[in-house]
Amino acid sequence: MIKSTELSKKYGENIVLNITSLEIPKGQAFGLVGNNGAGKTTYFNLLLDLIKPTTGSVTNNNIQVNKSEDWKPFTAAFIDESFLIGYLTPEEYFYFIGELRGMNKADIDTFLGQFTEIFNDEILGGKKYLRDLSKGNQKKAGIVAALIGNPEVIILDEPFANLDPTTQIRLKKLLRDLTKNSNATILISSHDLGHITEVCERIVVLDKGSIVKDIKTSEETLKELEAYFSV
Amino acid sequence: MIKYFINFQWKQFFRSSYWQKSIALNILMAFLAIYFMLTFLVLGISIYPLLKKQFPESDPLILVNGFLFYWFLGDLLMRFFLQKLPVINIKPFLVLPIKRSKILNYVLGKSAVSFFNFLPLFAIIPFGIILIFEDYSTTTAIVWMVLMYVCTLIINFLNFIIEAKSAETELSFLPIIAIASGLFALNYFEIISFSTLLANGINAVTANPILVLVPVLILVGLYFINYTALKEKLYVDGSLKAKTETATTTDLAWTRRFGDIAPFLQLDLKLLWRNKRPRSSIFIVVIGLLYGLFFYPNPIYKEMVPMFVFVGIFVTGIFMINFGQFIPAWDSGYYKLLMSQNIKYKEYLNSKFSLMIISAIVMFILSIPYVYFGWKILAIHFAAMVYNIGINSHILLFGGSFNRKKIDLTQRAAFNYQGTGAVQWLIGFPLLLIPILLFYVPYYFINFEAGIATLIILGGIGIIFHQKLMSFITKQYLNSKHKMISAFDQNN
Repeated sequence: MIKSTELSKKYGENIVLNITSLEIPKGQAFGLVGNNGAGKTTYFNLLLDLIKPTTGSVTNNNIQVNKSEDWKPFTAAFIDESFLIGYLTPEEYFYFIGELRGMNKADIDTFLGQFTEIFNDEILGGKKYLRDLSKGNQKKAGIVAALIGNPEVIILDEPFANLDPTTQIRLKKLLRDLTKNSNATILISSHDLGHITEVCERIVVLDKGSIVKDIKTSEETLKELEAYFSV
Repeated sequence: MIKYFINFQWKQFFRSSYWQKSIALNILMAFLAIYFMLTFLVLGISIYPLLKKQFPESDPLILVNGFLFYWFLGDLLMRFFLQKLPVINIKPFLVLPIKRSKILNYVLGKSAVSFFNFLPLFAIIPFGIILIFEDYSTTTAIVWMVLMYVCTLIINFLNFIIEAKSAETELSFLPIIAIASGLFALNYFEIISFSTLLANGINAVTANPILVLVPVLILVGLYFINYTALKEKLYVDGSLKAKTETATTTDLAWTRRFGDIAPFLQLDLKLLWRNKRPRSSIFIVVIGLLYGLFFYPNPIYKEMVPMFVFVGIFVTGIFMINFGQFIPAWDSGYYKLLMSQNIKYKEYLNSKFSLMIISAIVMFILSIPYVYFGWKILAIHFAAMVYNIGINSHILLFGGSFNRKKIDLTQRAAFNYQGTGAVQWLIGFPLLLIPILLFYVPYYFINFEAGIATLIILGGIGIIFHQKLMSFITKQYLNSKHKMISAFDQNN
């Protein structure tokens, strides 16, 4: 589904990402871990054509992302709060995204119905704009918005950070169900090794922009990762 | 400790990317500051001889004192809109081992050295010095100067109290306008003559220097009120907390008839209404609409028909220019979202374009009453509207593709130059000046109708080639997509 070849990004002399080859097949739950500055967000930004690669290219479903925009209809992402429109209420935001993805209000209302528990009465129906929500609630809204319209590729940067424990557990279940039932390709990054091993079937470790580990998740993966990071 | 505070202040100022990025803007601000200082200086130096010449019988000092009521009232109004007590910056200090009283005294003390208190000195001191040379007693002059400065500080601290009170009542600027116009009216219709009362007070003080203690005591009192009020609020859920507005939801169903661009149009309308900075561009429209009143009734401009073109472009295009020059920076906060969503750039830009032409048409309709000043003015406004729709709107959109400056929508509106760069200056002048030239040449060589026709035809050409122009502009935006994303991503 997503293929990166000879992909690199340099800022001046500083190489922030350098991936010779990485292929993520359709339907895979793909996890990206690495310390701060390892290049996780840079990689996601490249997938979304938000920054230009210094060399190489990314193809999404055989569409080269910086040549054509045809990957946009089936790709959704939540990277950070700059993906939220602060002066909208959460509902208005969902409707807006829904409209861009060809769903009407009624569709969205049904879709949002399944997130009642996650929203915990704090997001819908409140008289608040997104900019006035807490960080955690903003994150919830952003993640849910990224799931609107059954996208085939879902990219979430640090989805677990800032969430309350209950929501973390619910989100894990949600993501697992999604990969099982819908054949969506999910790409997430996280600093929480436990969460990511639970959700992802494959985990890639980045260090200073390069892939240092590419693991198929098993019982031992968490230990292996913990050993790797406890230097 | 104060040393650190001042040091931080200095760094905050010079390390803000605001300062570092935009030298031109700072030069402009410096010029503005110098301009005001010079104006006040000229006022301070010239007022004495002027008054002496106009009213040889009266004492200039008494005359000036009689006028001070208006000065103070104006000063208070200006401050209310432009000066804020910078409490938000002290949040990081709250948990550090610093006494609260120290923080409070620093914040309040700092406000006393603001430009607003510094500026009047440029008028006060020269006037005072002239008083000494003009055979007033030195004590009188010095007491007068001290008194004026104390009054300035009184206004400074009074303003913060008024601001705090009106912020509590949610009425924002209504109370101050009501109070100020009430005082003004009472004074103007001589029901209670505040200007005389104030003048008498000041005359009494200059005659009897010991009375200067009264205003000083008032000042101390006001400082104390500010201090206690602020102390109550120095908690993160008090005044340090950014205010949240209650959301109002509207579905703007009528925008549906615009088809594909409807979602963007809705977004733009909400953008305009729910954020301080763009909202002010709606209010500027009112000012723009009244702008013609400066020119049309004035006999001096009667024969300067090309000047009317300027007014016409301005009146019908004020919203367009104000809003258009910051496309797409208005959306900078969530530009990454827009760029990764299933969005056609063309629809996005078309929505902005529609908003601009709607505004031009509405402004033209609203400006129809100017026909009172002659049919020519209506003709000019119509031609200006067509020109704005056909040419200026496209220029603005094209210019937008060079925008690299982020706008933080939640920031205040007045005197906010965030997002302003060379692009705005480069584009602003041709928008207003070229149509004047285009009108003037045929007007001068042929006649008035030819000038009008030129503008309408050019505007018409722009409208006919709208699709072509939009494709070209869209391409420009696509080419600079990554540069924009990275520029909008940088924090200030």
